[in-house]
Amino acid sequence: MAVQDYIRKRFFPHLWCAGCGHGIVLNGMIRAVEKLGMSRNEIVMVSGIGCSSRISGYMDFHTLHTIHGRALAFATGVKLSMPDLNVIVPMGDGDALSIGGNHFIHAARRNIDITAIVMNNRIYGMTGGQYSPLTGPGMMATTAPYTNIDQGFDIVQMATAAGATFVARTTTYHVQQMAELIRAAILHEGFSVVEIMSQCPTYFGRKNKQGGAVEMMQRMKTMTTPIGSTAKQANPELIERGIFVQVDKPEYCREYDRIIERAMGGA
Amino acid sequence: MTKRQIKFIQGNEACVEGALYAGLDFFAGYPITPSTEIAEHLSARLPRIGGKFIQMEDEIASMCAIIGASLTGHKVLTATSGPGFSLKQEALGYAVMAEIPCVIVNVQRGGPSTGVPTHVSQGDVMQARWGTHGDHSIVALTASNHQDVFAMTVEAFNIAETYRTPVVLLFDEVVGHMRERLEIPEPGEIPLVERLRTSVREGVNYHPYLAREDGRLPMSDFGGVHRFNVTGLVHDMWGFPSDNPQIVHDLLRHLVDKIENNANRMARFNTFYLEDAETVLVSYGSAARSALHIVQILKERGERIGLLELQTLWPFPAEVVREYCSRSKTTVVVEMNMGQVCQMVKTTVTHPERVFLANRIDGAFITPMDIKQILRLIKGKGV
Repeated sequence: MAVQDYIRKRFFPHLWCAGCGHGIVLNGMIRAVEKLGMSRNEIVMVSGIGCSSRISGYMDFHTLHTIHGRALAFATGVKLSMPDLNVIVPMGDGDALSIGGNHFIHAARRNIDITAIVMNNRIYGMTGGQYSPLTGPGMMATTAPYTNIDQGFDIVQMATAAGATFVARTTTYHVQQMAELIRAAILHEGFSVVEIMSQCPTYFGRKNKQGGAVEMMQRMKTMTTPIGSTAKQANPELIERGIFVQVDKPEYCREYDRIIERAMGGA
Repeated sequence: MTKRQIKFIQGNEACVEGALYAGLDFFAGYPITPSTEIAEHLSARLPRIGGKFIQMEDEIASMCAIIGASLTGHKVLTATSGPGFSLKQEALGYAVMAEIPCVIVNVQRGGPSTGVPTHVSQGDVMQARWGTHGDHSIVALTASNHQDVFAMTVEAFNIAETYRTPVVLLFDEVVGHMRERLEIPEPGEIPLVERLRTSVREGVNYHPYLAREDGRLPMSDFGGVHRFNVTGLVHDMWGFPSDNPQIVHDLLRHLVDKIENNANRMARFNTFYLEDAETVLVSYGSAARSALHIVQILKERGERIGLLELQTLWPFPAEVVREYCSRSKTTVVVEMNMGQVCQMVKTTVTHPERVFLANRIDGAFITPMDIKQILRLIKGKGV
């Protein structure tokens, strides 16, 4: 199938600003799904609220655009009730880790076979540039006019600690790697997390004088490095890209099937 | 004919039996007294029939999970009590907006906040009606005994499927924890409403939010041949977001009208000795048990007194209340709150000055003698 067959053209143009990274993620997701050769009928895309969460409406899957922060909870109901479906959950950093932080932790802990894509642009875009849990100290936001004093999260470390069995990170600059990581995450049986560092030139870029989309993407190129590279040893400030965790652990829906077997066995 | 199964169980278990009879196959919940027995029993019962039970990380997640599971074509339930019901309100509004069939049990306890765990109360009647934000309508049913808990639970699933709406089962601590006899109807004895699925074939445009002539909206399960968008935003017939004033107006009207225009069809109630009653008690839930008890005592003494027991609280059965209270000299609403249904009765009848409240709000169960005393006060007979 052609890439454009995965898009609901009727609902374009999209609402993202010029230079936004979310469209690149949309592209990466489609390329991953296309490569897997999956039927559109097998995929349910569940999202929450925010700029990033609008991604579901543009894609021609079964799409569930829910409430702020709760996408993973809705997705858990979809997946457990029909485990044959592939459930992909695109979220923003505020959606996934602030209001939705508890669901993120527990979906990872359960190791339910859901693919979580965190589009991390370090800001609340839809509401106009307020600081998020990923903004980090020293940055500016419309609610941090004197600089932000909130410490940030490391999504990879948090997902790993919570029990996610596939954890990866990339950026919107590294589009080939992005599609490959999303593909691997969908294939992985268990809870998988892909952090995609993305740019919001409209708010994060403007507030922090990081220039336009091109400058912000160049910045993502220079501030990241592949896992285990020598560059990282020379400069510990660099953020690593790649697959951090890929392990086999009992998947929740399969474990529940065993509960059903046990219960039906007339114990 | 085989013998009906008879059980001596708690009201919460009667709810479980009713839900399974109705075809429940997915439950998500979070522990909270006095509703926890529903989760406990379903964790054992559902996997035996191939159904799914999950204890979620919180009350909000439980509500969200059942909505997700409903979209794959399952009959779904969650159960909670006051504080949990507060937490579920946003997702409950989502189910209203996206028109997702689901059933939510609230076994009421005293509030606000943590309140008096876990003494009885009926303080959530208005929260059931207006708990979530924005103009909307809701269905809420209640019951005073286990046979009716069973029947109303089945009814809740039937209404949820018929009108594509969340339905609240507003039980209370006394009914939930009390043990009494339940006779389980045989399969087929109570008709079940199954999900109305679209007959639109693959490759033909399916509009998830385009009503048929009879007002019903056929559904298509996630995973099926029709791919569509579901959102809590105001949406068009495709399920796609819209802020077109005409679409906004029409959707809000549809969401309210589909419930309010069918208020009579959804009105469930019991009547006791109302033929010649000069004093009509209006009650519901466990309070109706005490109300019936005192009615029977006073009836034996020759008083012209009867009881209207409401089982549908929302949409408010205004015509039923008007019909049975119009001839009475005195109407007394018996409930365990500060008059949430009493206010509704007052706005419904032609003589609100003849409507009185007999209540308890202290966590103690309202007794027949409590009601008797209040009746004497109302009639100016002193204590």
